[in-house]
Amino acid sequence: MIEVREISKRYVDILALNKISFTVDKGELFGIIGPDGAGKTTLFRILATLLLPDDGSARVNDWDVIKQYKKIRKNIGYMPGRFSLYQDLSVQENLEFFASIFHTSIKNNYENIQTIYEQIAPFKNRKAGALSGGMKQKLALCCALVHNPEVLFLDEPTTGVDAVSRQEFWESLIELKNKGMTILVSTPYMDEASLCDRVALMQTGRIMEINAPEAIIQKFSKKLWAIKADNTYHLLKDLQSFQHIDTCFPFGENIHVTLLHGEADMNDLRKYLQEKQHQELTITTILPVIEDCFMDLMTEDILH
Amino acid sequence: MENKIVQPVITAESLTKKFGHFTATDAITFQVKKGEIFGFLGANGAGKTTAIRMLCGLLMPTSGNASVAGFDVFTQTEEIKKNIGYMSQKFSLYEDLTVKENIRFYGGIYGLSNSGLKEKTEILLSKLKLKNEARHLVKSLPLGWKQKLAFSVALIHEPAIVFLDEPTGGVDPITRRQFWEMIYEAAYCGTTVFVTTHYMDEAEYCDRVSIMVSGKIAVMGTPDALKKGFSVKTMNEVFLKLAR
Repeated sequence: MIEVREISKRYVDILALNKISFTVDKGELFGIIGPDGAGKTTLFRILATLLLPDDGSARVNDWDVIKQYKKIRKNIGYMPGRFSLYQDLSVQENLEFFASIFHTSIKNNYENIQTIYEQIAPFKNRKAGALSGGMKQKLALCCALVHNPEVLFLDEPTTGVDAVSRQEFWESLIELKNKGMTILVSTPYMDEASLCDRVALMQTGRIMEINAPEAIIQKFSKKLWAIKADNTYHLLKDLQSFQHIDTCFPFGENIHVTLLHGEADMNDLRKYLQEKQHQELTITTILPVIEDCFMDLMTEDILH
Repeated sequence: MENKIVQPVITAESLTKKFGHFTATDAITFQVKKGEIFGFLGANGAGKTTAIRMLCGLLMPTSGNASVAGFDVFTQTEEIKKNIGYMSQKFSLYEDLTVKENIRFYGGIYGLSNSGLKEKTEILLSKLKLKNEARHLVKSLPLGWKQKLAFSVALIHEPAIVFLDEPTGGVDPITRRQFWEMIYEAAYCGTTVFVTTHYMDEAEYCDRVSIMVSGKIAVMGTPDALKKGFSVKTMNEVFLKLAR
């Protein structure tokens, strides 16, 4: 459904995309996971036919992004990262406007947007600019769906959106996917990766890894511990100066730790932390989450 | 930090802001102690930004009382501005100025002397390992570096309190953690940190958090106490239970 081959794009002195390749199957929910500066928006703009790649090729629904851009534009829904609706138009007016651009009506494809639209319907006469962050994103999603596209491109739809609205937004995406929609979605929130069928982990213009989230987690080869004590800052400082530390990153109430020689260093670490007199110390073996894997890949990247 | 002197640097009592008939911030009451990392959470539209604007002396409250760094939010807004630091993802540094020019600009605004400014610039550049980039435009820096620089600049006048409004949005996971290390360090040195975030794992890094729902503070406490109170394992679950 989406096929990207060796796409590169340079802006003066920044290589925004460096030979990116991946494919997305029909009906797949595919996540592009990475921080700002990874190249996510550039990639979306190329696939939405708004920007030409310097090199490589891409096809959406088997149409070429350069030669057949008009066909692509008619058949995709694109939600850019910045809120791009008309702030001075009401919720209803925005929807009608986008429907009319695609020569259709809200009624025609109502089934498509119904569950999302019902959540914003109480505000249908409110101006789009006066909606809260979560509501804006739901309206933008409705507008991207109003012409019943075959592929959805959603560029960071949940950035800056609170945890509740984020969860509701993802519930809508999963519902759309279950109806057969192909969805490419980007996010800087690593925890959203687990909601995708497959993800590409991106950093500074490169894809570090493409796989199902479970498979990425399985590939994490190091032994990982969660360590907790009463004073996290002191614990972090002490862990950083431990002789055999590999990585140590705060994670919620814990610090996730890997050691240079794995299990073999654990006894030394226990002794060391006891000497440092940490109170309420707990050390637990844990399985990684995507964010652990992402940081591990980033660290490898820096080393190379 | 058992011996920390319990001395509130922010107090708000029934602090309220109405816009016409709409009550954006509805009688919020809380205190923040010196050196505390206070997480100020809430859904979009819950009234966080309005509350922060009042505490920073940028917006006149409708009713209630509040003092920040010992100054009154009704009558001493200029003193408040001199005694706090502020950064957000949206507003921090001037992209078209160099690293050094930004430091000089903010140092100047906050009234640092020439010698003080020179000294601070050196310390800051070496601490952030930005010596080689001192003459580069800020827009050429990676986002993570910008945010770390912005945080340091917000502390350049050694304010009693620093307000951080979603400081880590979009930042890569490793830099996000380095940023929090800087927050810990600042708090350890006695700066009070007042921070908002949408990353619920970051809520766990705070000494205490409050969660706003529809203009009111719905709950407030240590992350541990809140999780116990709701019988859940993460702050994300606390947030979802409250705000949904």
